Amino acid sequence: MHKIGVMGRRETVIGFKALGLDVFPTSDITEARHTLRRIAKPEENYAIIYVEENLAKELWSDISRYKDAPTPAIILIPGRDGSLGLGQSALQEAVERAVGSNIL
Amino acid sequence: MATVTPTRMVLNQMKGRLTTAQRGHKLLKDKRDELMRQFLDVVRRNKELRLKVEAGLTEAFAALSVAGSVMSPEMLEQSLLYPRQSVELGVEFNNVMSVNVPVYDFKTKSAESGDIFPYGLAQTSGELDDAMGAISGVFEDMLELAQVEKTMQLLASEIEKTRRRVNALEYVMIPEYQANIKYITAKLQENENSTKVRLIKVKEMVLEKAHDFKYAD
Repeated sequence: MHKIGVMGRRETVIGFKALGLDVFPTSDITEARHTLRRIAKPEENYAIIYVEENLAKELWSDISRYKDAPTPAIILIPGRDGSLGLGQSALQEAVERAVGSNIL
Repeated sequence: MATVTPTRMVLNQMKGRLTTAQRGHKLLKDKRDELMRQFLDVVRRNKELRLKVEAGLTEAFAALSVAGSVMSPEMLEQSLLYPRQSVELGVEFNNVMSVNVPVYDFKTKSAESGDIFPYGLAQTSGELDDAMGAISGVFEDMLELAQVEKTMQLLASEIEKTRRRVNALEYVMIPEYQANIKYITAKLQENENSTKVRLIKVKEMVLEKAHDFKYAD
């Protein structure tokens, strides 16, 4: 069976802990990068990793590496302070990649 | 252009390649169009879900903040630390136009579905219950978002590849084959003409030598 991970600041991820997801609270970028690389490996068996947007904007290059792999799916979620619009921009990026221009 | 030897064999080869390239081009173009159609559906769904999830999460975090202000942070953390339910995620792959897209199948291990509170009700505030309700409510959408977003990314990369192949066939390979075929045909025709002329000339010379024959001017 596959697992679901959540990465973000402590107060963001704590709510997901109660749902039974694996949470990785961190606000340090270097630590977050190491954690992401570790849990994104196939043998760790994470199918979905939710990453808080404030972390994601620093980890952009790492996240992009997993875009073409079938697993894991790295999905951005807004943090406590509301959405930064990064999730939307990921959508636009995909559209631009496929269509060649932004048609949204 | 790569140099081609103007022979009939190469001509036949080129013709075969041209037919294959044209058939491949048509197929890939169809594939691209179908992928694009599906992709746009997925994008639309993704947009909807993204807005829904972002709104839902903002709400849930707000509720959690309220709960945090009513209870002490240590108490809050303690209440949430040991989840009662655990999550199992089955992943299957669905083949969409030769792209393997994930389909998530989500199961919770707890006996009752309403059993989302990992804490006793006596020492926690009602606000925390609200927050947990909000989070577990939005979680279903988050799962679907993950599925849709991954599908979108995979389709996007496949479309990009297919588009490049279509363009390479349409603007590079097919014109090249056509140019080669034209070149070889012209060259062969030219050879044939010169052979014919040479034969006529030789015949003239032979006749002249044998019978002093001359064509009338």
